[in-house]
Amino acid sequence: MSVIHPANRVYLARRRKNALMMAVSSLALAFGLFWLVWIIFTLLHEGGAALVRAALYTQMTPPPGADGGIANAIAGSLLMAGVGTLIGTPVGILAGTYLAEYGRGNWLATATRFLNDVLLSAPSIVIGLFVYSVYVAKVGHFSGWAGSLALSLLVIPVVVRTTDDMLKLVPGSLREAAAALGCPMWKMITSVTYRAARTGILTGVLLAVARISGETAPLLFTSLNNQFWSVDMNAPMANLPVVIFQFAMSPYEDWHRLAWGGAALITIAVLALNIVARVLFKKND
Amino acid sequence: MSVMTLPGTADNTTIEHSMETSGRGPTPTRVRPAKWMDVAFEWLTKSFAFLVFSILIAILVSLAIGSAQTLEKYGFSFIWSSEWDPVQEKFGALIPIFGTLTTSFIAMLIGVPVSFGIALFLTELSPAWLKRPLGTAIELLAAIPSIIYGMWGLFVFVPLFQSHVQPLLIKGLGDAPLIGALFQGPPMGIGMMTAGLILSIMVIPFITAVMRDVFELVPPMLKESAYGLGASTWEVVWKVVLPYTKVGVVGGIMLGLGRALGETMAVTFVIGNANRLSSSLMAPGNSIASALANEFTEAVGDRYFSALIELGLILFLITSIVLALSKFLLMRLARQEGART
Repeated sequence: MSVIHPANRVYLARRRKNALMMAVSSLALAFGLFWLVWIIFTLLHEGGAALVRAALYTQMTPPPGADGGIANAIAGSLLMAGVGTLIGTPVGILAGTYLAEYGRGNWLATATRFLNDVLLSAPSIVIGLFVYSVYVAKVGHFSGWAGSLALSLLVIPVVVRTTDDMLKLVPGSLREAAAALGCPMWKMITSVTYRAARTGILTGVLLAVARISGETAPLLFTSLNNQFWSVDMNAPMANLPVVIFQFAMSPYEDWHRLAWGGAALITIAVLALNIVARVLFKKND
Repeated sequence: MSVMTLPGTADNTTIEHSMETSGRGPTPTRVRPAKWMDVAFEWLTKSFAFLVFSILIAILVSLAIGSAQTLEKYGFSFIWSSEWDPVQEKFGALIPIFGTLTTSFIAMLIGVPVSFGIALFLTELSPAWLKRPLGTAIELLAAIPSIIYGMWGLFVFVPLFQSHVQPLLIKGLGDAPLIGALFQGPPMGIGMMTAGLILSIMVIPFITAVMRDVFELVPPMLKESAYGLGASTWEVVWKVVLPYTKVGVVGGIMLGLGRALGETMAVTFVIGNANRLSSSLMAPGNSIASALANEFTEAVGDRYFSALIELGLILFLITSIVLALSKFLLMRLARQEGART
């Protein structure tokens, strides 16, 4: 009698266990997708109506009971995310370049890579506290600059990590070819390896932008909020996440509606950025 | 031997013409590259690497300086005192620390098995064409901003949880021996249980991503040998893949734990922000991050600020240690991998 016989108890038990575990595994996947679908559905359901009203994009945050939009918060968010990215990206790319191109087995590169990975997942609220104590407390007021600075500190680790990873993927033979032509190292990096890793690095920057667009915690102590239109980087600046936080926590129904509109807007933007980054990177493969 | 400057190149790029003619004209020519640009570029990148290196240390130092007052006054008793009274300026961090650890523990309890299941599905079960879209969808869970989780949690999840799930839990488990105390009290919707549940959804993509990556490291030969001996998929995963990658899996769990410990906005919305120590998971509590988010901008007085910054310091220390451990474990797996191949 063969071991794999329908009447073999052990065999049947193993098969049953396998089927059970595979079912559980599929259920786990369904569990994960379930929340994603539910959250996106909620956002469209609650924020969809606010999202299609022009007032959302043209009017300022209103006092309770009045009609309004979140134009100042959208502008503030764009401005701070933009400046944060502009500060963080070059720093991240240059530091990542050092790690990948110069840092074979030297202590600074090894330690930086390690600390950068810790920083990558460090609580963003602590970054806010840090910028508060080294900048806001010193100048004595909340400002758009402080917000941008906090966001740039979140951009840096993401860009360092992707630049490092992407440059390491560039084949060594490309570098050797450039060197054999008499190309100096700086020129080889800037015009050969950067070019080869361009899409990968850009993906990293896009993911970093996506990450900071929704960050609330570091902005609470740095840019705070502003009820009015302001693009003065030296003054408190309105921004979507903090407005959503304030409005959602308030007892007013019309503020809740605006908060849902803002939440839907921010999520759509962030998810779109993520998908664009992935598609871009896939094309490059 | 003549040395001349080639027009159109950097000033000090020089060309040396060799005079030893071999009958084929005035070649060979050698361009000696500008040395200083190389040095300058290396130093430029090095200084930025150093900047990144020093950020983490700068954060630690600035938080330590900011909390000097309470560090000096309370010393270690800050950690186990449960008093938090800004009016009388008495501060202890036990309640928020307890809340942070409890909610993260709940998140791990749910998040780890689910992530394992998802990683298993994506590496072993999923048809190839579905792998990418499903994997991306799970990764998008990490892209949703945490404030959205918070808002959705407060307005959508909490009411349902309060009216449908919590009464069942309290009725079913409230009188159970040992764990009964965890499920007592009125169903309020908000509380540590809710915060832990929402956190568990938020850590799933992070843990899943690491588990998928390390599962892919297992040499196909090992798995095929097991299949060849008649092992079922589950047995291959449980007895071959998991033992081979256990260091990396623990690293992934640590990464998720680090994320859960520091999560702010989602928790702030649903934890209830009550400075009470309660044995019941249904009761509202507080976490370090949400205490900071709620109280920092309203704090008055140096000592209050100092106490809050010390909370931040504690949070930063805990998460950094957990994340460093995670990174260390993942590096060990990578090194092992390098040694074996």
